[in-house]
Amino acid sequence: MNRSRPAHGTARKDGLGAVLFLSPTLLIFGVFVIFPVFFSFYLSFHKWNMFGAEKEFVGLDNYLAAVQSPEFWMVTKNTIIYTLGTVPLNMLLALVVAYFLNKKIAGKRILRTAFFAPVVMSSVAAAVIWRWVYEPNFGLLNYVLSWFGIPAVNWLNDPTAAMFALIVMGVWKTFGVNMVLFSAGLQGIPEHYYEAAEIDGAGKWQRFWNITLPLLSPTTFFILVMSVIGSFQVFDTVYVLTSGGPLGSTKVLVFYLYEHAFKFFDMGYASAIAYLLFAIVFTFTLLQTKYFKGSVHYTL
Amino acid sequence: MSARKAGRILGVTALHLVLYAGALVTVAPFLWMVLTSFKELPDILTYPPRWIPSRLVTENFVAAFQAAPFGRYYFNSILVATAVTLGQIVTCSMAAFAFARLRFWGRDALFYLFLGTMMIPGQVVMIPSFMVLHWLGWIDTYAALIVPGLASAFGTFLLRQFFLTIPRELEDAARIDGCGRFAVLWRIILPLSKPALATLAVFTFMGVFNDFLWALVVISSEEMRTVQLGLAIFRDRYQTDWGQLMAASVTATLPILTVFFFAQKYFIKGITLSGMKD
Repeated sequence: MNRSRPAHGTARKDGLGAVLFLSPTLLIFGVFVIFPVFFSFYLSFHKWNMFGAEKEFVGLDNYLAAVQSPEFWMVTKNTIIYTLGTVPLNMLLALVVAYFLNKKIAGKRILRTAFFAPVVMSSVAAAVIWRWVYEPNFGLLNYVLSWFGIPAVNWLNDPTAAMFALIVMGVWKTFGVNMVLFSAGLQGIPEHYYEAAEIDGAGKWQRFWNITLPLLSPTTFFILVMSVIGSFQVFDTVYVLTSGGPLGSTKVLVFYLYEHAFKFFDMGYASAIAYLLFAIVFTFTLLQTKYFKGSVHYTL
Repeated sequence: MSARKAGRILGVTALHLVLYAGALVTVAPFLWMVLTSFKELPDILTYPPRWIPSRLVTENFVAAFQAAPFGRYYFNSILVATAVTLGQIVTCSMAAFAFARLRFWGRDALFYLFLGTMMIPGQVVMIPSFMVLHWLGWIDTYAALIVPGLASAFGTFLLRQFFLTIPRELEDAARIDGCGRFAVLWRIILPLSKPALATLAVFTFMGVFNDFLWALVVISSEEMRTVQLGLAIFRDRYQTDWGQLMAASVTATLPILTVFFFAQKYFIKGITLSGMKD
């Protein structure tokens, strides 16, 4: 590439320059990413309350304690329910909106701004607002439901309703991201595919099923993986909307981890939970890759 | 023929109606927040709910700012978000320059390792990061909120991809004129990279300003709280004081929504870029 200079001199000088240019980033990453990854793995085999000097080696005890704890399975189940509740709904909504916004629509920009706005606001503020929406006596949701003759629900104090409330809010908060990603994917599909299909007499649905969906599949796959990862790590909205309640019905994995680390100061156990979470997310990602990669069309 | 045309007009109209209704439902919680924040208590606790306040008052804002130092929270959040954003622009552009322009041993392997760190859930690194800050004596300081955020794999990736699109001829001329690497980055690459830098800046600022979990973990004293942490604690204490809660929420969302309104295309670009990683 450096046509004007002999290659060996450049490479040596570049090496020095590279160290210089990369050093701030490598320093921060070393201290706050690389070291923590290994240290939390090490911690997960120890018992430590963070303030004591003594770290007692306990082998696999933390992991065994987790898999034998009914609460761990409950929070894992809750996290999976949350994921199954949000991800498909989120993706469907995002795809439908992106698909129609890709057509000739008046005021496209305003619409896109409106659908995207929840994404940029903080989860904390969003959850505070939704607590008010879900308020049983004066809240907006029960009022709107009353138009359809649905009796008032005490959204955040009923175990089943609370998870539902969390899911609805989660979809509202994040589907704008996926809408934007789907929009970009849709714009990447060449127009002449549709023109050719139309000449062949393909109807709207046929074009959608046979052109749009297959050619969109890399985007869809990426969104699926990222959404699953994201929903497994949900925390802020849970903390503010329900604090994990009622009766632990909305307590999710990261909330459980946070409690053990920074309320009970059981750092070893919390680290084991972090690695279990990592393992679960990783497994899901692998499974998705295995089962969906076959149906993803990368080549045009 | 005219029946088909009428059908199409009907379809287009229906589509517009559905989309605008959907948009309205999406922004309804925002509207309700803003309107509630300007209502008097009797207006708030009324059924059926009243959208438009019978009298516009600012007492909820006054009360919220008296109950908690939101001004201070604001100052903290903006200070931290600005510091992290500026810091990331420096560190990410330097690292991106190395990955995009310099030739050194193991460059690509290091770059992919770097991208790989994006897959690690934040919770895995949270506890040891907390301990490092504890050892440094930085818990409950600005440094705890700023320093761990001073590098970013996403930011480095974003800028590297952009730098790769800049023609090298522009730099060759400068280097023949005797410019060093820093000068090339500073005088040629960065001025040409304004859209990418803006994308990184709005994204980082939004992320840091809205961050909650990390602040919850490393901050303990009231005067160090960020807006999001302050709001969460405020909601714990004033469970049902809806007027004040909505006023505080309006305050906590205003800066980001304002930035979003004026820099929308950069938010969209950032999202789209994050979707191109593979």
